[in-house]
Amino acid sequence: MRVALFIPCFIDQLFPNVGIAMVTVLRRLNVDVYYPEEQTCCGQPAFNTGYWDEARTLAARYCEIFTGADAIVSPSGSCTAMVRNFYPELLGKATQATAHTYEFAEFLVKKLGVTDVGAKFPARVTYHDACHALRELRLKDEPRQLLRNVKGIELVEMDQAETCCGFGGTFSVKFPMISYAMDEVKVTSIQKTGAQYVVSTDSSCLMQIDGYLRRQNLPIKTISLAEVLAAT
Amino acid sequence: MTTTLEQFKHDAAEKTADLRHRAVIQKAIATYDAAVARGRLRFADWQNARSHAAAIKWETINHLDRYLEQFERNVLANGGHVFWAETAEDARAHILQLARQHGVEKVVKSKSMTTEEIHLNDALEAAGIHTVETDLGEYICQIRGEPPYHIVTPVMHLTKADIARTFQEKLGTPPTDSAEELTMIARARLRQEFLTADMGITGANFAIADTGMVAITENEGNARLSFSLPRVHVAIVGIEKLIPRFEDLALFWPLLSGSGTGQAITAYSSLIGGPRQEREADGPREFHVILLDNGRTRLLADSEQRDALHCIRCGACLNACPIYKNVGGHAYGTTYQGPIGSVITPHLRDAEEWSHLPYASSLCGACTDVCPVRIDLHHHLLHNRRNAVQSKFDSPLQRLLFRAWLATMQSPAAYSVASRLANLALRLGVAQPLLKPWTATRDFPTPPKQSFKDYWRQHGRGA
Repeated sequence: MRVALFIPCFIDQLFPNVGIAMVTVLRRLNVDVYYPEEQTCCGQPAFNTGYWDEARTLAARYCEIFTGADAIVSPSGSCTAMVRNFYPELLGKATQATAHTYEFAEFLVKKLGVTDVGAKFPARVTYHDACHALRELRLKDEPRQLLRNVKGIELVEMDQAETCCGFGGTFSVKFPMISYAMDEVKVTSIQKTGAQYVVSTDSSCLMQIDGYLRRQNLPIKTISLAEVLAAT
Repeated sequence: MTTTLEQFKHDAAEKTADLRHRAVIQKAIATYDAAVARGRLRFADWQNARSHAAAIKWETINHLDRYLEQFERNVLANGGHVFWAETAEDARAHILQLARQHGVEKVVKSKSMTTEEIHLNDALEAAGIHTVETDLGEYICQIRGEPPYHIVTPVMHLTKADIARTFQEKLGTPPTDSAEELTMIARARLRQEFLTADMGITGANFAIADTGMVAITENEGNARLSFSLPRVHVAIVGIEKLIPRFEDLALFWPLLSGSGTGQAITAYSSLIGGPRQEREADGPREFHVILLDNGRTRLLADSEQRDALHCIRCGACLNACPIYKNVGGHAYGTTYQGPIGSVITPHLRDAEEWSHLPYASSLCGACTDVCPVRIDLHHHLLHNRRNAVQSKFDSPLQRLLFRAWLATMQSPAAYSVASRLANLALRLGVAQPLLKPWTATRDFPTPPKQSFKDYWRQHGRGA
């Protein structure tokens, strides 16, 4: 099986370690990965803002670039949902590429049947359900299964795990006061767990949460699920 | 002049910074959540109940013309009257005419968002007709001069102490911290109003096509008094409130109470089948139904979003919405708040004026998951956004930015140049001021020197 890496633009630019961690884990599991270098953005910012023609152009481009891959794996539930759930609406049809795009945790658990990747991360963590992973892709247990099998980890649930962090792409700059209030609610819930780290499938949520944590000088760190799974 | 968008931003900023407001709402909704979780257990299969309800509503809405006419025939056969109101103005004018015809000086009202939608109270008061809200929450709203904060829970934002203070200030009653005493104060006053009112106005939770009945659910008995004591009963019914068959209530009543308050069924469930009959000792002498369109047929004509007319106004999407929980019900400036309001308001009212509401969402999808009739709420917000752009309600600057962005994303070379420039600007700290809406309250990450693409070129390929 040849697996293509779909590295969303903001991960490419802001959080490359997340992509690198995903490669590390996949190679540890002997998965043959390749990276189509001409990839850029899936078009979600345009789509969510109402620019469907612009998004459609990028959807068609994605399908071309990733044609022929047995599976396409991405360390983002949000961008995966864009491709698998929304491209068919934009393009009027599902394609081989849209149907075979998976979020990383989903790919490990549902496609590879792996729940223990041999990672070690001795820390107290809490898991944030990214909205698109949870409600568009219906991934609730998969990331937790993976986390529970990490050596030394202590997974504590927060009371508002399923509550949105307030990022929402352009929403976070169009309505910053609402976005910030949601961030505050989220962080309050995280703090109550006493966790050292908040883990999520989606780095966009973590960027939002981290933006609050750092501004308030709080000691909690954010880390992507891929980075936790890559740690040994 | 303040635009609707500016007003929304202003009110949202004020409420999101109000931590007392946040605590009150969080507490109220936590109580609701616990009740609803218990209530759902009464359904053998909640997901299946939702699907079944959605299927019934789908059938109704897609054949609404037939069901409305069947409903009308049956209301007339029962001795009632039906008026088709295309606009809010038509509905108000007809009610005022009825009031004049019957020499109405006082109206008692039970809770109805449809009457809020057509601003009925103002019209009645302007015509010199004393109008009294009889639902406790609505009564409190009325004496405070505020619109309902929530479509089911009109004073969700008030604590017992707030209400006591309102009564003290507006009614001159002695201070008390007892909910029972507060209720008795309202009850004593409202009883007199029921006995002396000439007309009772209600909404309808459901309009039943095959019997011509109007179904009303409530917990205080005030709706029952409102439609049974006065001489004339007027029910204002949004045309989407139809259900085909009497037996559909067996599903829709518990579905509504289960999602609205977590109750198995509300304390009072009434069916109104017409005016007082020959053999009956009480009840109104006349029964009027006003079928209200007021923009609903525009939504009906939109096959993509027609299912928004499935709404039974249970309020579950408001309670699930993290935006609602932070900005509160008043900031929206609409009759219907929260996710359903943001979906339907651009259809029911001016599409451009209200085009900001679908954007005031993180698209988290919590609303869609709780909707008892499976309205695809958060995807409709996306459709509304697309419609707004197609109608050119977007700013020319934003349009230009997305065009330039597309040009960049279509070309790996342009992407590479643009990302290197952005990377440099962020690392030098010169881009941050441009991100002020973000950076005013949150730190923005500083990008590393090397992108994933750089990494792959250097280390990834051969590893």
